[in-house]
Amino acid sequence: MNISNLVSVKTVVHVLDSDLVYSFRKSRVTVIATIVTLGIILASILSPWIAPHDPFDVATLSLLDSELPPAWVEGGDARFLLGTDNQGRDVLSVILYGSRISLAVGFISVALAMTFGIFFGILSGYFGGVIDALFMRIADVMLSFPTILVALLVSGIVRGILPREMHENAALVVLIFAIAVTTWVQYARTVRGSTMVERGREYVMAARLVGRNPFAIIFRHILPNVLGPVLVIATINLAMAILIEATLSFLGVGMPSTNPSLGTLIRVGNEFLFSGVWWVVIFPSLTLVVLVLAVNLMGDWLRDALNPKLR
Amino acid sequence: MLAFILRRLLQSVMVMLAVALIAFVMFRFVGDPVNSMLPENASTKDRQELRTQLGLDAPVMTQFWIFVTGTAQGKFGISYRNKRPVNDLIAERLPATLELVFVAALFALIVGVPMGVYSALNRHGIVSNVLQVVSLIGISVPTFVTGILLILVFSVWLNWLPSFGRGDVVKIGWWTTGFITISGLKSLVLPAVMLGLFQVTLIMRLVRSEMLEVLRSDFIRFARARGLTDRAVHFGHAFRNTLMPVITIVGLQLGSMFAFAIITETVFQWPGMGLLFIQAVNFADIPVMSAYLILVAFVFVLINMIVDLLYFAVDPRLSVTGGST
Repeated sequence: MNISNLVSVKTVVHVLDSDLVYSFRKSRVTVIATIVTLGIILASILSPWIAPHDPFDVATLSLLDSELPPAWVEGGDARFLLGTDNQGRDVLSVILYGSRISLAVGFISVALAMTFGIFFGILSGYFGGVIDALFMRIADVMLSFPTILVALLVSGIVRGILPREMHENAALVVLIFAIAVTTWVQYARTVRGSTMVERGREYVMAARLVGRNPFAIIFRHILPNVLGPVLVIATINLAMAILIEATLSFLGVGMPSTNPSLGTLIRVGNEFLFSGVWWVVIFPSLTLVVLVLAVNLMGDWLRDALNPKLR
Repeated sequence: MLAFILRRLLQSVMVMLAVALIAFVMFRFVGDPVNSMLPENASTKDRQELRTQLGLDAPVMTQFWIFVTGTAQGKFGISYRNKRPVNDLIAERLPATLELVFVAALFALIVGVPMGVYSALNRHGIVSNVLQVVSLIGISVPTFVTGILLILVFSVWLNWLPSFGRGDVVKIGWWTTGFITISGLKSLVLPAVMLGLFQVTLIMRLVRSEMLEVLRSDFIRFARARGLTDRAVHFGHAFRNTLMPVITIVGLQLGSMFAFAIITETVFQWPGMGLLFIQAVNFADIPVMSAYLILVAFVFVLINMIVDLLYFAVDPRLSVTGGST
């Protein structure tokens, strides 16, 4: 008991003392970006409790409150800090709920793509041969097209398979699936590359000589050694996944307006631009830009910090 | 040389066949084409007739062959939604997208290259630092948000430029152009800027880093030692050597601009191929989707091949062993 406590304290001290933490504390931009990201994540998780209004409870909405400008603009109402949309929904609350969906799609699709990418990448890197060649050709073709196009296509195909009345309810799953299918290739590529390097190392040879079975070697020995670059890709891809989700929803093939994400909010708000109601579209856009920028900055920093060439 | 070109051509044909296979599988197995084309209450006889007419009762390999040969001749089938031949739909929409992409690419080059050269030559100037920061933000802002901001400022607040459609277009044969009417040109401005802006930042950063690289090399130092003027060194020597990789990247980006045009066309209700594709995705209109897929893949493969061959023609180092592609 005592010893394990000591060990954990030692680990914490060790972690706080590492190069990574040092370079993190040195980079003020990254610290700010992290705080902003965590802030948005926290606010969106807590949205049912901190949102000033429940935008989905029709009973509390009043058309008298519709299209009110932000509180600080003339004609604004202190109850609605960022104004209201055409149905009298509080823009701030809608944004909080919307970023929850955007973040959920982002995180889940990244986790899914990462799992598949690592799995296929490590197998095809370790065993090589026909399967490897097949996977890498698929990867070549997929990587030569812009991600947004592939994502659109995948979601179009899934929509074609599903019956029409299921589209709205399945939207979340379809989005996550489309983004994961589009992005897993990048993990697979990277993991395959590092696996091929690790495969020739002495510890792998030793494990083989001892007679461990290939899957134990792959998942117990090689896997921990190829995860570093994956972390960087995952961070950068989180920003990309959020962006793809927003773009698909903006194009009208993502989340429905009954359960809006940030992209849906921007699409819906866009329709009111000409009546001079700018706040309905500008604030969700701003949230999206800040979120993506912050995650991107974190990814950039992580990439540089983990890159041995730049040390 | 000839072997390289042949191998490259074969590779391109293989990629196109793979894409055609995906498109075929989409058409044949995603939903039932017969059910999608006929009304709900169609008789069994009608269904059987259409099935025969579409060739759906032939063996799958034969069907694929018919699909490939038909596609090669530009026959893409009939849209589920509009009940019209897909070729007609595409022919109507293609000029709009091509004009948009062309203007946007031109804009990106005209703005991006000088900005890149300037910030490479005055690396520590205030203007170049501002440009760097602006381009970093520019890359993080989603293109549709840029489009919305452009509309808000220039159409809603200032009321200078139209925010949707192509304006008046003139028909020349089957081609419709917005280049020769004032409203057509005015309508082009905002979409082209939106589509080109992302490329501007990309080209600027690329030109800057390439040029910095070239300026560090030995032949530039020797050119200076020969007493050439700054102007001759910068534009006669450095700039020319910068252009090669820039041209290839711009070429490759041209393909992705077709894809990004989907977003631009949605924001500005631009009646091009992208809008057609989005509507097709929304209605699961598979023939239109597969036609679009094949067309875009063709554009990509074509551009990739041209860029590869250009590399080969320009860089003498590649020609000795035949390259490693």
